[in-house]
Amino acid sequence: MASMRDIKRRKQSIQSTGQITKAMKLVSTVKLQKSKNKAEETKPYFRHMYAAMSEILAKSGNIDHPFLKGDPSKKKGIIVISSNRGLAGGYNSNIVKLVMSSGVSKEDCVIYAVGKKGKDVLARRGYEIAEDYSEVMGGPVFNDAILIGRKVVQDFNDGKIGEIYLAYTDFKNTVSHIPTFSQLLPVKRTEAVEEESENDKLLFMNYEPEAEEALSMIIPLYINSMIYGGLMQAFASENGARMQAMDSATNNATEMISDLTLKFNRARQSAITQEITEIVGGANAIS
Amino acid sequence: MADDSKLLKLRVISPDRIFFEGDTDFVELRTSEGEIGVYKAHIPLTAILVPGLLKIHLDGKVKIAALHNGFVEILPDSITVLAESAEWPEEIDIERAQNAKKRAEDRLRSGDENVNVARAELALRKALIRIEASGFSEK
Repeated sequence: MASMRDIKRRKQSIQSTGQITKAMKLVSTVKLQKSKNKAEETKPYFRHMYAAMSEILAKSGNIDHPFLKGDPSKKKGIIVISSNRGLAGGYNSNIVKLVMSSGVSKEDCVIYAVGKKGKDVLARRGYEIAEDYSEVMGGPVFNDAILIGRKVVQDFNDGKIGEIYLAYTDFKNTVSHIPTFSQLLPVKRTEAVEEESENDKLLFMNYEPEAEEALSMIIPLYINSMIYGGLMQAFASENGARMQAMDSATNNATEMISDLTLKFNRARQSAITQEITEIVGGANAIS
Repeated sequence: MADDSKLLKLRVISPDRIFFEGDTDFVELRTSEGEIGVYKAHIPLTAILVPGLLKIHLDGKVKIAALHNGFVEILPDSITVLAESAEWPEEIDIERAQNAKKRAEDRLRSGDENVNVARAELALRKALIRIEASGFSEK
């Protein structure tokens, strides 16, 4: 049996760890609230952007635009959004796993990393990191999304990459975050066609400039908004995941402390009992 | 039109908020093809916006905002503007805009080959619009 001193020391160390995790939980709860609200606020913009895009695609018929075709023979660009800091449970490893199981081979893609943790792991596994935007994750704003969007679209236009994907964690609610892998370019047309039947076909939309030209201007905007949406969702998920991880860590600490307290009391009791037995034994021997 | 009201619904949405939502009887916008004004029962139109002023007319009053980059979807009874950035005159930091203007002008004048002319011009235009819009600030 461990000595009383050992148990006491162990208990104290767990207690201080518990305090840290509790504080971290509180911090991420506050951050979660803020980022959740922000993620909510981006939704109307995103929804309209998506609807407008789908509509234009549905009505523009068979136009031949590089943004709609892509080039499967070229490398694929993947924007991977993870976090800069750890202690967020499975948050980062889930997103890395998603990228590795996405069916895109490691030689066939370049990574545009947002978030140090994901970048480090992917780099270690031999993925090519084209660009690192990790500083963005401190608190993403729309300009960051524009920056990333401009870069990937430029690389697409320059022929460095033929397809663009976005890997991020979708924030469903406080307890469920779903790693998501979505295609940005070429824009998927199938989804757009489905939308058409729902929308009122009666309206005949005019475009200024022509639909094709409008498309090449709107698609970069659409990509920016997708990236921004992804960033906001991921930021909220990160804080949610950290809050959960810290919550269970705090619970585990409490449990261990109560367990150790019991052990400590037992050890103390047995020490006292032993002492009494010794004294009684000694007294008996003398008399 | 059967409907007597001359009002149309305007919604201006930027990534971080719903910037404006309400009725208006006349809206002025600057598109890539030039300035347009929209009354009720306009033909359906989607146009690209360039940095410019948005003027919202209602009951003889005009509200002004600076819009940068985005597009507008016009339907007979509603207008939806999706802008990457939208600001009321009160929100504009005039000093920052002046600095941005100066920076952009310097870059354009420098004649350096590395300067992305299109981007510098865009920055200059944005700064000019901000300065212009801030002049309408309600003091």
